[in-house]
Amino acid sequence: MKLIVNSADAGNLDAIDHARAIPIKAEVCNLSFYYGDFRGLKDISLAIHNKRVTALIGPSGCGKSTFLRCFNRIHDLYPGNRYEGSIRLHPDNVDILSRDVDPIDVRMRIGMVFQKPNPFPTTIFENVAYGLRLRGLAPRAAVAEKVEQSLRAAALWDEVKDRLNGLASNLSGGQQQRLCIARALAADPELLLFDEPTSALDPIATASIEELINGLKDTVSILIVTHNMQQAARCSDYTAFLYLGELIEFGETDQIFIRPGKKETEDYITGRFG
Amino acid sequence: MSNGEHLSKQYDQELESLRTRILHMGGMVEAQLQAAIASYERPDVKLAEEAIDADRSVNEQEVDLDRLVVNMIVRRQPTASDLRLIIGVARTVTELERIGDEATKIARAAKWLFDKQRSIRTPRLRDIHNSALAAARMLRGALDAFARLDAAAAASIIEEDRGVDQQFQAILRQLITFMMEDPRTISPSLDAVWVAKAIERIGDHAKNIAEHVIFVAQGADVRHATPEEVARAVSPQE
Repeated sequence: MKLIVNSADAGNLDAIDHARAIPIKAEVCNLSFYYGDFRGLKDISLAIHNKRVTALIGPSGCGKSTFLRCFNRIHDLYPGNRYEGSIRLHPDNVDILSRDVDPIDVRMRIGMVFQKPNPFPTTIFENVAYGLRLRGLAPRAAVAEKVEQSLRAAALWDEVKDRLNGLASNLSGGQQQRLCIARALAADPELLLFDEPTSALDPIATASIEELINGLKDTVSILIVTHNMQQAARCSDYTAFLYLGELIEFGETDQIFIRPGKKETEDYITGRFG
Repeated sequence: MSNGEHLSKQYDQELESLRTRILHMGGMVEAQLQAAIASYERPDVKLAEEAIDADRSVNEQEVDLDRLVVNMIVRRQPTASDLRLIIGVARTVTELERIGDEATKIARAAKWLFDKQRSIRTPRLRDIHNSALAAARMLRGALDAFARLDAAAAASIIEEDRGVDQQFQAILRQLITFMMEDPRTISPSLDAVWVAKAIERIGDHAKNIAEHVIFVAQGADVRHATPEEVARAVSPQE
């Protein structure tokens, strides 16, 4: 399938998917990624649509998490890792992979939620307030207000408002995961990355996270990696299928799940993958 | 990447069984239709009763296949071509059941005709015969296209429906003329109208099955589409 994106040029910083009349939040161009000599991602180009949910699906080892991690430069932590190509974040058209761009600045704009809930070993309140303080937000009232706002946005406020000073580790798995989402939301991210956010959760907690993702897309663009194809079908507007480090197919989720264009996609989503 | 089989062998078997059973149901409906038409043309009361009785089995098949479809959706959460096949079967089951109902109407008309011991010959029997042949041919073609998931063949079945519709209009016009000329023909002519209408509906249902075949094979929804849109949907994709 051909991706129709009007790449931003110097004069025009906004990028728009004209075929669908939806602004582009991030534009991945010819992205390759190397773990030393191993090429984990091969020349991937795709557009992350603004305020939409894009799901990445594919078998284990296909590069979906590697791809996701490029967005907040986690790979920079390890020597020998190397990027080629670009990920341009709009509306300012900045290449977040560029060496001139500080990863910390990138992570201010792009939040991430991991597979296993990883709250800090402190109180519920401090978990959310930590990033705010790091960014220099000092007034107590302002921090408290933002914490409440973030917890509400993560649909956790009503459950924890009476025990904000309790330990985060005493929350249930689903609550901890929502706390991590609140923590990410406190930084007002433009793009949220979810790496298998519900694989450690039971079906009820999973449903609440999916509901949350659906609600969040009014304010933030979302990129989600999931092993659960039904979850991709339920939550996402767009789906990208990766196989052996290559982007096989990208399209609207309905199209991918009803009428995929490529045989590989068809084989994978119907369970014919051998 | 794959040999076309699911990782789950049982899933493959279930899909295969669904395919076999819808075609089996199609065969039953075809036989029922043949019996109904023959019973009307002769008229033959025994054959008519056979066709009416056959409807019960067709109805049972409908319920059984529907249950199978619901089970598969619940247990397998089908996607892509599997999803389209299962949805296509569910839709086709309904069409076949309705064809069964229309065949039953024809058989009932035959029985009534026989009971009345009509002295007056059924008007336009020849035309009704031809239109019944065309509708039965459409049904056979649609089922064949389903068996082979042949979208191009399905598209030509959709085309044929126009002919059956035109035949019905022609029969109707002729019967109206009869009735106006000789009021004694009103009653047998009206019977003939019901039968001709049932045949025309069978053509519609066969056409619908052909549309479902295109959905299963290509993923394109061509219901209510123009002939050009149908042609575009079945032309090889880029």
